[in-house]
Amino acid sequence: MRLGLSLLVPALAAVLIVVFRARPNLREGVSLAAAAVLFGVVLQLHGAVSDGARPELVLAEPFPGIPLVLEAEPLGVLFALVASFLWIVTTLYSIGYMRGHHEKNQTRFYVFFAYAIASVMGVAFAGNLFTLFVFYEILSLTTFPLVTHAGTEAAKRAGRVYLGILFSTSIVFQLLAIVWTYFAAGTLDFQAGGILDGRVAAGAVPVLLGLFVFGIGKAAVMPFHRWLPAAMVAPTPVSALLHAVAVVKAGVFAVLKVTVYVFGIDFLAGTGASVWLMWVAATTILLGSLVAFTKDNLKARLAYSTVSQLSYVVLGAMLATSWGVVGSGMHIAMHAFGKITLFFCAGAIMVAAHKTEVSQLNGLGRSMPVTFLAFLVGTASIVGLPPTGGSWSKWFLGMGALDAGQAGLVVVLMLSSLLSLAYLMEIPMKGFFGKRSGPPESPGIREAPLPSVAALVVTAAACLLLFVYPDPFYRLMTMVTGQ
Amino acid sequence: MMSELLSQVVGSYNYWIVVFLMMTGFYILISRGNLIKKLVGLNVFQTSVFMLYISLGKITGGTAPILVDDPEALYSNPLPHVLILTAIVVGIATTSVGLALAVRIKEAYGTVEEDEINEIEAGIDDRRAPGRAALRGP
Amino acid sequence: MRIVDHLPILQVVVPLVLAPLCALVRSRRLAWGLAAAGSVSSLVVSLRLLSAVMASGPISYAIGDWAPPFGIEYRIDVVNAWVLVVVSTIAAAVAFYARVSVQAEVGDRRIPLFYAAYLLCLSGLLGIAATGDVFNVFVFLEISSLSAYALISLGRDRRALTSAFRYLIMGSVGATFIVIGIGLLYATTGTLNMEDLSEILPQVWDARTVKVAYGFLAVGLCLKLALFPLHLWLPNAYAFAPSAVTAFMAATATKVAVYMLLRFFLTIFGAAFSFGVMGLDRLLLLLALTAIFSMSLVAIFQANVKRLLAYSSVAQIGYMILGLSFASVTGLTATLLHLFNHALMKGALFMALGCVVYRIGSVHIDAMAGLGRRMPLTMAAFVAGGLSLVGVPLTVGFVSKWYLILGALERGWWPVAVLVLITSVMALVYVWRVVEVAYFKPPPDDEPIAEAPASLLVPTWALVALNVYLGIDAGRTIGVAEQAARTLMGTAP
Repeated sequence: MRLGLSLLVPALAAVLIVVFRARPNLREGVSLAAAAVLFGVVLQLHGAVSDGARPELVLAEPFPGIPLVLEAEPLGVLFALVASFLWIVTTLYSIGYMRGHHEKNQTRFYVFFAYAIASVMGVAFAGNLFTLFVFYEILSLTTFPLVTHAGTEAAKRAGRVYLGILFSTSIVFQLLAIVWTYFAAGTLDFQAGGILDGRVAAGAVPVLLGLFVFGIGKAAVMPFHRWLPAAMVAPTPVSALLHAVAVVKAGVFAVLKVTVYVFGIDFLAGTGASVWLMWVAATTILLGSLVAFTKDNLKARLAYSTVSQLSYVVLGAMLATSWGVVGSGMHIAMHAFGKITLFFCAGAIMVAAHKTEVSQLNGLGRSMPVTFLAFLVGTASIVGLPPTGGSWSKWFLGMGALDAGQAGLVVVLMLSSLLSLAYLMEIPMKGFFGKRSGPPESPGIREAPLPSVAALVVTAAACLLLFVYPDPFYRLMTMVTGQ
Repeated sequence: MMSELLSQVVGSYNYWIVVFLMMTGFYILISRGNLIKKLVGLNVFQTSVFMLYISLGKITGGTAPILVDDPEALYSNPLPHVLILTAIVVGIATTSVGLALAVRIKEAYGTVEEDEINEIEAGIDDRRAPGRAALRGP
Repeated sequence: MRIVDHLPILQVVVPLVLAPLCALVRSRRLAWGLAAAGSVSSLVVSLRLLSAVMASGPISYAIGDWAPPFGIEYRIDVVNAWVLVVVSTIAAAVAFYARVSVQAEVGDRRIPLFYAAYLLCLSGLLGIAATGDVFNVFVFLEISSLSAYALISLGRDRRALTSAFRYLIMGSVGATFIVIGIGLLYATTGTLNMEDLSEILPQVWDARTVKVAYGFLAVGLCLKLALFPLHLWLPNAYAFAPSAVTAFMAATATKVAVYMLLRFFLTIFGAAFSFGVMGLDRLLLLLALTAIFSMSLVAIFQANVKRLLAYSSVAQIGYMILGLSFASVTGLTATLLHLFNHALMKGALFMALGCVVYRIGSVHIDAMAGLGRRMPLTMAAFVAGGLSLVGVPLTVGFVSKWYLILGALERGWWPVAVLVLITSVMALVYVWRVVEVAYFKPPPDDEPIAEAPASLLVPTWALVALNVYLGIDAGRTIGVAEQAARTLMGTAP
């Protein structure tokens, strides 16, 4: 029942948004209320799942034996909690941003936003591989109008890259992997310990796993990462929620879920099938960081940072150890809070000061102290410095790597942390200590509209809070690994 | 040996006629650019099949399949003949539809030569929308 | 005898009788009414037939009470009941769509004749599917083909005439090949009844005549179903025919030809002969893969959207033949599913294009700029149909693709599975080209363009809805297709 609500609430909100399209206050009120209700629903589900229940809801049965089914389990609840909470914050932020930036077609924006959230809930609670695939594809489709919101030639080209990569990887690799799995195992259900053990020849396992990892293009493992920077033409709230939280996390979430519930970490550890993918992920981590360095455009830099950070999650999954999985799941949450803060700040800077490039930020921190402080907190969380939540996930990932006997990967993790520290710290440093060059800035630059600032303060505070209180996420992840 | 083969070849002379007609018709069909000649080729092609069916039904020494008193009488098989009547009707219908189309093509293009038609068609610009006014046919 | 027992003949005769009536009445409205009534009654009859066959096995109907094998027998089993449903579903949707569309595209005087030809074509297609007599197949084939030539030639563009003429030549050659094959079969076995043939043929497998007959039939049938490289007649015929005709033909004519192929090669000759002796599967595999790949590629570069979809049809026929070439129940299930599913998606797509023609008179890709805003419902239908064509989950396209890949994996043919998936992406490319133009390019002029009228949109969206509904709840269609596949492979319980 509550599972049904988790999809129904955002979908209904979309309808109401259309109904109230002529009255912006009511329209945005509906968005906000729906987000709050959804979060409530997910909290209740969290309660039920913590008590050991596994609610299930069959939506339809397209194929005999392969139903479209929703099921709440700890990993999905974790993802849903993060996404639904951040939807509230993002809605708050969008109200300030969209109005401050005078975007057109705001109703369409809110409608597809709500649909996207509904699809994210579908991904989070997918009860089998088929359902996961269905909502994964729907998510690509519902976010397409958001990415191309501007309707310009650049938006069109970005949309082409976005849909092109996401669809072709999912159709050619992921679908093949799913049919293969069905052919081998005779089922597509997610089961603790996996369904493939002993059903696929040992030599074929690395190939099948590779098909999944590359087929889930939303995880942005190189070389299929190009869509993510391209998608940055979207309005900032879209970049923030969808491309720091919902869409990309749906990707790595799917990778993690497939690893844990389709392959099973013991099976993977036993066959060593994932070793080559660990190094693919490690390469993505390092290359992503290096490319981020070269980007002057703030959102592009954040996008490559995301590419790099997503592969942490993939790496954690590929380690195929309990600690790796815990770290992986925690990183889904921690990175979400950190990165959304950074995007909020980038958007706030754009709305308030109309700056998009890193090199233009000199001295801006003195005019927008709150924003730049929040950026600093977000940076710390991404890098993994205490006292922010990000340090926990890095810690567990490191433990996982050691458990797997891959000391080399620990070095990669440290190196990448240093790199991200360097390319992210540059921004608050410039903001606070940089000299304003050229003619003095117009004195009128102040903080962004209040709702936007409130939103980024909330997420930055959450980053700090998660350092002292990461328990809810940690407990959910230990339920996944059964420790 | 040789004579056996010869008698086999001569004995099934009806099939040779069929094959000859068929190839002739097919050749005309492919090689001629004139639409009317194409139809003629098609007709010859189809006629070869009529011959095939008719000769299938004929039994050496057989009489027309009308019941006679003689219990030893050998009848030709009437069924292929009946069938081919249908096919002949179909052939006539095909020819008339084809000719009707040729007439319309002549009206629309001013020619029934395929290469000239191709030339005209290559010059048509699809981009130019005929607009709503042109929607009603003639 | 109850009327129910006469369903097999009613299926064919009702449209056949209504056709001359259409030609006789001079009123456009009345002619349309007759056509619609004929189509709807066909749908009702075919659905009843399917449920009857599913429940209690094949139905045999002796025409004029002449017992088979001497009289003509209509024999309905799951396979042709399924095809009858496919054809009549599309016919019913197109009939309602045709009223406004045909009025706009075909001259007033010709409208009653149009509907006469439409009904003739329908009854021909239904006849091919219903009959159990091979010569009867040829007769109905010619009824449907001759009326199809006439229907195509009614297109507004003068190129419709030349396309119809080319189709006539190629189609007649194909039909003649089929008659030759049938004649040779008769010469060897002395029967025309399909069931009789299927019993006698295994005793004469070695006869050269049988193999020659097989060859003639193969070429003739492949011409009719436009299997690459015998597809040359199709793209122009579809591109220049009136919109309603394109929707109807694309969704039914080639499907019935595929059915004929299945019937001849699997039921009459038998799977063991086709796959074991003649090696049909390997030949078809090669042709199908070439068709799918090359035609998808060609479709990407078309500027006329109707022709784009026509090339896509040739590629999609390749998918159906590919399923057959797996020589397995799963593969054939895929074929039979795609038979219906492709009819649904191409029907919807061509109908959406018909709406475009109705408003702007052109389907050139440049002329469609900005239509996403001006005709939102039409273009939304196009997008939905296009996604189904690509094979996005929760659409029918996904269902058939799923079985196709499963069939490939069963045979261990990995490259085939990958190629199927890659060509799906190619389908995405050619569909998306249209979508981008419609939604991102500014319209070429300021002339106000209204949304298409409801009488066009309702049938279009009805098919779109079926695309989605049968994609979400595919259990029943899969069940029927699977049973039909078993019947064809001769492994029915």
